[in-house]
Amino acid sequence: MASPFVEPAPPVASPRETRWDRRTVAPLGARGVAAVLSPVIAALLALLVHDVLPNRQIALSTWLYPLLLETLAAVTLALAIAQRVWPRFRAKVRHYGPLLAGVSVWLCIWDLWTLKLAWARLPHFPGPEMVLQGIWEDREMLVESAFESLQRLGAGYFSGVALGLLAGVLMGWFHNVRYWGTPVMKVLGPIPATALVATAMAIFPGSFLPGPALIAFAVWFPVTMLTMSGIMNVPTSYFDVARTLGARRGYLIFRVAIPAALPSIFIGLFIGLMASFLVLVVAETVGVQNGLGWYLIWQLGWAEYDKMWGVLFIMIAFFSGILTLLFKVRDRVLGWQKGVIRW
Amino acid sequence: MKIHVMAGNGELMGNLQPHADVPDEVSAVLIREASKIFHAADGSEVPALNRLSLSVDAGEMLALIGPSGCGKSTLLRLIAGLDQPTSGELHVGAAPVIGPGPERGLMFQDPNLFPWLTVRGNIQAGLVARGVLHRHRQEVEEFIRLVGLEGFAKVYPHQLSSGMAQRAALARALVNHPKVLLLDEPLGALDQFTRMRMQDEVLRVWEKRGTTMILVSHDIDEAIYMSDRIAIMTPRPGRIERLIEVALPRPRQRSSPQFLELRGAILEMLHLAGKAEDGP
Repeated sequence: MASPFVEPAPPVASPRETRWDRRTVAPLGARGVAAVLSPVIAALLALLVHDVLPNRQIALSTWLYPLLLETLAAVTLALAIAQRVWPRFRAKVRHYGPLLAGVSVWLCIWDLWTLKLAWARLPHFPGPEMVLQGIWEDREMLVESAFESLQRLGAGYFSGVALGLLAGVLMGWFHNVRYWGTPVMKVLGPIPATALVATAMAIFPGSFLPGPALIAFAVWFPVTMLTMSGIMNVPTSYFDVARTLGARRGYLIFRVAIPAALPSIFIGLFIGLMASFLVLVVAETVGVQNGLGWYLIWQLGWAEYDKMWGVLFIMIAFFSGILTLLFKVRDRVLGWQKGVIRW
Repeated sequence: MKIHVMAGNGELMGNLQPHADVPDEVSAVLIREASKIFHAADGSEVPALNRLSLSVDAGEMLALIGPSGCGKSTLLRLIAGLDQPTSGELHVGAAPVIGPGPERGLMFQDPNLFPWLTVRGNIQAGLVARGVLHRHRQEVEEFIRLVGLEGFAKVYPHQLSSGMAQRAALARALVNHPKVLLLDEPLGALDQFTRMRMQDEVLRVWEKRGTTMILVSHDIDEAIYMSDRIAIMTPRPGRIERLIEVALPRPRQRSSPQFLELRGAILEMLHLAGKAEDGP
């Protein structure tokens, strides 16, 4: 009777076992070779199109766009070589190859559409070379603006999240708080934060605070809502189990209700983040002299469309980088949740 | 306050000493005229238990069987302290039941493992909840071994088979060294094979620890195989219809003539009880 029940096999492979092993990695095959080499070829083709075809728009300089394509070709070629030497990279290189080729194809189409064929015309639709040139010229100001925006966003988002979590947990747990809190939420929640720009500037003096205050306001509502509903929807059986194990209120709130509500809380954090991007850009167009939103409006005022497009691309990188960070945090914190809910 | 660990052979149980901070009065359960009335949404009263009396000896394994809806689970929840009786008294040892406590463990049909905790995290949850983990850390490993989950300590519940999850739930229910373990159809959702193994697992724990166990079951075979006495309940409102002594020697043979004879007698009783309910 020493150990009567030994499971025959573990139900899942541990991460260590799924790691790539030289002996077990399959060779690429013809399709694999095509996938791995496609980004190199695409970048070279785009370069060829740019160098050979005549321009129908004016081009002030022509070194940044070729440099970008050359870098793309060189990096993807290095990756293609790396996956031959180190097979554990193979799956990743093969997976991302066509996507990287897509980047070059997309750049090439843009180049054709504007500079080469002039189907979309200046000044509203500059080609990739002009946009890159604009970014390069204003690089210092863009870095500074991105930093200003990040500060504004961080201050606003984190204070909104803190308030939302606090309000959500209290409203989800205590009936009395919910009784008084729900009407407040119903009145304040639906107000678009962007409608309160002037109000925020009147309440908070100076140029920094109104932005974060508006962002916090926009973030607070979805985080509160989803935290509250997450906590209210925790199955009572978890509380029953915890109570029979000797749990008191502190354990029930912090070790049962909040962890169980985390999937819902993360949806709130996601919605809040999307709202914060919107509010950030709008808030920066009014009454401030820095930040990415301000830079965009300012360049638009000068009809510098190449720089406006440039800052849009910077914003894409900025915002999707932050969003990716949130997803990484979620994947770490909600690792236990795989197979329960996915989004 | 001396605790006698029944049949403690030192192999696993020797290191698992009862906790000083869990009350360790005599572990008999006494229920006197307990009634429970639920209030339906339309305001009408639904009696679940009607003046039910029952006494369970310390260290006894008692099975509760009866048709679904007869209040078996309600009764267990009252003993666990998760619900309060509308009238009547419940005692565990000398103390009246006024709320849930670590000296009364409860195991549900659904393992109800906390999905955000690993197997180890789940098993030690009771120690964390009582703030005594630091004193009993090595015991957690013993309990993981007791239910045969070595090597799965860092695994999350969604990666476990139903049998393994139920074993983790058993270890979690045992970690506080409860005097009384309430089992609410804990094996009901398992396949026949896993279920028979788990029955032996529970019996092994019961024999070694001398824990008083009250087992709710739908399965007459399980009740006969495991318990010292079987209480048959009648439905709506639930009462104890009859108490049957299971005098078969252990380990019991599921196909012995005495086993089958008792099974037939109980089936007949349940059938009659069902008839009585349907009658005028």
